Amino acid sequence: MPKTLFEKIWDKHVVTTLADGTSVIYIDRHLIHEVTSPQAFEGLRLAGRKVRKPELTFATMDHNVPTDNRHIIADAISRAQVETLTQNCREFGIELYDLKSDRNGIVHIIGPELGITLPGLTMVCGDSHTATHGAFGTFAMGIGTSEVEHVLATQCLLMKKPKTFKVEFIGRPMNCVTAKDLILKLIGEIGTAGGTGYVLEYAGEAIRSLSMEGRMTICNMSIEAGARAGLMAPDEITFQYIQAGDRPFAPKGGDLEKAISYWKTLPSDPDAKFDREITIDASQVVPQVTWGTSPGMVTGVDGVVPSPEEVKGYSAKDVEAALHYMGLKPGMKITDIKIDTVFIGSCTNGRIEDLRAAAKFLKGRKVAKGVRVLVVPGSQSVKKAAEGEGLDKIYKEAGAEWRESGCSMCLAMNPDQLKPEERCASTSNRNFEGRQGKGGRTHLVSPEMAGAAAVAGHFVDIRKT
Amino acid sequence: MEVFKTHRGIVATLDRANVDTDAIIPKQFLKSIKRTGFGEHLFSDWRYLEDGNPNPEFSLNRKEFKGASILVVRNNFGCGSSREHAVWAVRQYGFRVVVAPWKMEGKTQVPAFADIFKNNCVKNSVLTIELAEEEVEIIFQLVSKNPGVQATVNLEKERFYLHYNKEMTFAFDVDPSVKSRLLSGLDDIGLTLQKEKEISDFETRHDPQIQR
Repeated sequence: MPKTLFEKIWDKHVVTTLADGTSVIYIDRHLIHEVTSPQAFEGLRLAGRKVRKPELTFATMDHNVPTDNRHIIADAISRAQVETLTQNCREFGIELYDLKSDRNGIVHIIGPELGITLPGLTMVCGDSHTATHGAFGTFAMGIGTSEVEHVLATQCLLMKKPKTFKVEFIGRPMNCVTAKDLILKLIGEIGTAGGTGYVLEYAGEAIRSLSMEGRMTICNMSIEAGARAGLMAPDEITFQYIQAGDRPFAPKGGDLEKAISYWKTLPSDPDAKFDREITIDASQVVPQVTWGTSPGMVTGVDGVVPSPEEVKGYSAKDVEAALHYMGLKPGMKITDIKIDTVFIGSCTNGRIEDLRAAAKFLKGRKVAKGVRVLVVPGSQSVKKAAEGEGLDKIYKEAGAEWRESGCSMCLAMNPDQLKPEERCASTSNRNFEGRQGKGGRTHLVSPEMAGAAAVAGHFVDIRKT
Repeated sequence: MEVFKTHRGIVATLDRANVDTDAIIPKQFLKSIKRTGFGEHLFSDWRYLEDGNPNPEFSLNRKEFKGASILVVRNNFGCGSSREHAVWAVRQYGFRVVVAPWKMEGKTQVPAFADIFKNNCVKNSVLTIELAEEEVEIIFQLVSKNPGVQATVNLEKERFYLHYNKEMTFAFDVDPSVKSRLLSGLDDIGLTLQKEKEISDFETRHDPQIQR
């Protein structure tokens, strides 16, 4: 019977299926960070349990990390969380990329960089953006802390098989329309619960022509459509990425050849059946800007802030509340929205290609008066590469702040936060109330749009630049 | 894990859709390394004013909802981050049951709860009940007319009884595996470790492709 990519990975990882239909699924890679792991280790200790396969778990510190001086964590509670991870990794024998490591960074950025992420694997992390790794053809998903403990103790998870949902992007995107715009468009179409219960598989010409960085941006935000995981078929672009750079955990030589021949069998069979399918014409997508407090509250940069009655998937009451919070009026042109802050970074758009894309708009220009621009590389490797190319100079000369890596203002657990009513053009993934700081107003955009907005002080139809 | 069989308590309503886990427990409370102490921070940004006093506009602060243990909300509750802290906050505030509606969009049924949140609820013995939009609307209206009203949930029978001057019964479906875990209180890790031999056998034939 023809199978989808997801079904091929699933079938290879079923340890056993219980009488009630729940499967015990083997987990090949487990990533952990300081925020969602301490209670899991504590649970192990209380039950007297060990980590079953410490060599399959990898740890980093990212959420709490200050981006000015990463070695001084002023907040004592943040510091305790970071120190607890160090102690837990030492006690249980887990490899840790701590703040002194030059391979430290956001968990979903360093997985692929280190070659931990590979096609055909199952991968989990106590973080909803684990879907990022699906860009490699990896079944990767976010889990809660109880499940982190479960994976540490058993290297398995109890799961019901999710349904499959094929998202096909046909056609080629216009100039300055990016992976970020494609995923925001999809979320606008199917809603933030449209993918709940499904594993998404992204396909089509517009996906095949994307770099790994762009593919990761799309898979990353699968959870914003409700899907725990998003997948893409591995191809030559995937294989080249895995072979490029210093990826200590990726196979090499004969092992690599063997692995590639296996990975080539993974793409969905041509006549495989999906539980749901949607087609989006990528050539018709314009650069996207969110205007509300849910990622599905999004429109094209050539559009206007909608009126409460006309938003698909949201009640008038919810839209009114969102517009009130955002300080916006229906009918206002998106390009007339003025911003105070620009955040370039996160596991969605903190990779080298993203930093290059935004820098193009800032090169030889100055940041608009009164606008604060924060550039936070996704990892120390990204930072080093960017500095090697002189991107840091472009940003600094334009008047932007060039920082150390971390999650930073994507969720504002560290000191990088918006003040009440501050308006931010952000390359991150969530525009929820208070996400970037209590009362802060977030507009999700691509790195290109963030760069253009930094210079103009408002959103710009970058197709015309 | 705590057993869940039946539960009776006050019903509180929160009339919002797409309530995300950032709203349920804002990030400044995620820095704890403990599993307790989250209840007082549930919905913190909505629940408290700048000066730290309760926000009288926020529904859970209504005196009729004091001590409520059943929360009724709108669709897509618990979306966003995977933080289990959100469920710890819900549970430690005192909620044992959360009720939300699924939604029909064309021919597609959109689930009431976000996946990871729902999963985290099971691990903490919080029952999520999914009803049709019209049914949840009825509950909202009845609670609005009878604030402080109580309900009984019977998991075995899969019934939700709202006790006002009459009684209204709502039938719900729960995944059989979730139901048996809640009824027995069995710990998931213990359950999986019963399959130790299968896991070991699997490991001998499976290549996790790790290079060390």
